[in-house]
Amino acid sequence: MREYLPVLMFLAVAIAFAAGTIGLSSIIVPRRSNARKMSAYECGVEPVGNARARFSVKFYLVAVLFILFDIEAVFLYPWAVTFRQLGLVGLIEMMVFIVILLIGYLYLLKKRALEWD
Amino acid sequence: MTEALFIGFAAMLVASSLLVILHRNPVASALFLVLAFCSLAGIYLLFHAEFIGMVQIIVYAGAIMVLFLFVIMYLNLQRDEEGGVHIALRRGLGWVAGTVVLAEGVFMLARRWAPGPLTPEVPGEAAGNTQQLGMLLFSRYLFPFEVTSLVLLVAIIGVVVIAKGRSTAGSGTRPAPGEDG
Repeated sequence: MREYLPVLMFLAVAIAFAAGTIGLSSIIVPRRSNARKMSAYECGVEPVGNARARFSVKFYLVAVLFILFDIEAVFLYPWAVTFRQLGLVGLIEMMVFIVILLIGYLYLLKKRALEWD
Repeated sequence: MTEALFIGFAAMLVASSLLVILHRNPVASALFLVLAFCSLAGIYLLFHAEFIGMVQIIVYAGAIMVLFLFVIMYLNLQRDEEGGVHIALRRGLGWVAGTVVLAEGVFMLARRWAPGPLTPEVPGEAAGNTQQLGMLLFSRYLFPFEVTSLVLLVAIIGVVVIAKGRSTAGSGTRPAPGEDG
């Protein structure tokens, strides 16, 4: 349990910083709102219609590919901590794993699946 | 100390899980699911399963939740709509299934079929068991590990064939059913 103390301290500082800056800015900010201030300027036109439009399936493709390569990355963690004990054999094992997934990545590039056309 | 942390994480898990199913806004439900995953990761850490805890955050709270949010946006879900016979029927079925699972849990605990409190022994060194998991994964379970990459490869090719094959058929418009194989 003691080894989590640095993590806990990091977490406490992070929460304190976020809460402190947001809280402080909400306390000291002057609130003088008028109609012109609330209007959209320099960043596009007034919104038209519902924001909940149907999204393209291409977003989903990106999300699924993100999960797949995320799972690949997960297997790198136990490999990294045992790298010294495993030595060359571990390196070859991991290379086989990565090369198989590299074939998938090359397939993605070949099919232009990552391009937004 | 450990017990207090466990109770805290468990209470957070139960509360956020309840909010997942009770909140009217699907996006808020998905974000409460992130909180549920994070509290579950805390419980894994208490069990000294550091690797599982980190995977829980990296894969579930990170990647899978992105997918869930995209599904919510893709299906264009509005706020939960009440009424209708099939909604009531679905909700009733959910209550029945939930009650059965709850009764099963209570029954198991009452008959002491559930394993009960965890044994205090810690697998591996104090620093964690990721190292031991790695040693096993890359020696004894090498074949399943390598097969995993093939499964991921099949998934990569599958998602490209399904999503990309369709979007090139007509730009943006949905092809008629049966138009492409």
